[in-house]
Amino acid sequence: MRLAIREGGAIGTALGFFLVVVSLMPLGLGPDLNLLARIAAGILWIALLLAALLSLNRIFEADYEDGTLDVLATGPLPLELVTVAKSLAHWITTGIPLAIMAPVLGILLNLDLAAYPVLVATTLLGTPAVSFLGAIGAALTMKTRRGGLLLAVIVLPLYVPTLIFGISAVAAGAGPSGFGASFLILAAISLTTIVLGPLAAAAALKVQLQ
Amino acid sequence: MQTLTQRLANPTRFMELSARLLPWISAASAILLAYGLYLAFIDSPADYQQGETVRIMYIHVPCAWLSMMVYGVIAVSSFGLLVFRHPLADVSAKAAAPLGAAFTFLALLTGSLWGKPMWGTYWVWDARLTSVLILFFLYLGLIALRSALEDEGAAAKLTAILALVGVTILPIIKFSVDWWNTLHQPSTDFTSTVDPSMRLPLLVMAAAFTLLFFAMHLKAMRNEILRRRVKALRTQAVAGRDRLAAHATTQGAAE
Repeated sequence: MRLAIREGGAIGTALGFFLVVVSLMPLGLGPDLNLLARIAAGILWIALLLAALLSLNRIFEADYEDGTLDVLATGPLPLELVTVAKSLAHWITTGIPLAIMAPVLGILLNLDLAAYPVLVATTLLGTPAVSFLGAIGAALTMKTRRGGLLLAVIVLPLYVPTLIFGISAVAAGAGPSGFGASFLILAAISLTTIVLGPLAAAAALKVQLQ
Repeated sequence: MQTLTQRLANPTRFMELSARLLPWISAASAILLAYGLYLAFIDSPADYQQGETVRIMYIHVPCAWLSMMVYGVIAVSSFGLLVFRHPLADVSAKAAAPLGAAFTFLALLTGSLWGKPMWGTYWVWDARLTSVLILFFLYLGLIALRSALEDEGAAAKLTAILALVGVTILPIIKFSVDWWNTLHQPSTDFTSTVDPSMRLPLLVMAAAFTLLFFAMHLKAMRNEILRRRVKALRTQAVAGRDRLAAHATTQGAAE
């Protein structure tokens, strides 16, 4: 985990990608600030998902290539816990930086200032689901060559609930009602994926390592 | 006492049984399809509101039903593969995935053609449409994952895991998309709210499509089993030739 931070490359790339995608949006949609403010949450969430997706395939691949994964699999720790650790590491090194970066990019999109705390809260709450669901996809596509594209096809449909409730939580939070039900549902999705995601990912890893 | 699924675990027995069943299912499907099409296009009345376009429904609704049922078949097969290691489960899951994708695509296509005159647009981001579209993406993901992996045994298990992940997440996707937006007409509760003059053709078509799926599914499974046998024979033949060649060279060296 610390190694990932020291290497730095992936996080920097993900953050840079996030920045570039978000700043491309006004170029494509026109610089109308009112329009941008209205769709800012959606743009931020989609760009965040894409940025996280970029770094997903490195969750297991590097460890598989240098044999660490084989050692971990034969070690005393159950593979489920290993995947929990790997997914958590991905969340800490990618999810949290992206979530912190989101409000900064929100300024570019003229996002309402009142929505900032909500935006940070929802992205922080939603990104664990992104990491843990992504770990399943990463484990499934570990050995394939065009893994990145395949990973996107497999994982992006699974992100639909996270995206929908992430955005509706921002929308609800910006209104007078404060944190809405969607915020709680987003939390529920994250918690469920934290519990069930590693089981599926570990099952896939076991097949891969046979 | 063996159950039916246990007895079917022997591929040879499955081939025998399916060879006997297949003509009957195919014939029944063809007859029902012909009758259903006659009812749907000639014998049933045009809708007072939708006019002739209502006839699209007789194809659209069975396809949509099947798109979900086929995913159920894949899920059960995947479960059977991972838990009971049933040898035919993977064959079934593999054969069903492209069929399911095709029916899902047909449901989307016919729905879209119906939507143009009725809703005034080919596509809307409505809850039903979106969730069926995502179901279609899941099918594509299953097919893509399987084709990307070279080792067939690993591909089978990994695809099964993905199918089961899809099953757990489909209700959430459905629910979240429902929350998000809704325009599609609500379910008819198994046609209980449909007028009898239209219910009969619809049910006949649904039965015909289901039988059609089972016929194609059995056929695809038989093809897959035969393909695997040919492959096994080929590897055996190559291995045998190699052994002969190795034998010849050692003999040649000895002489």
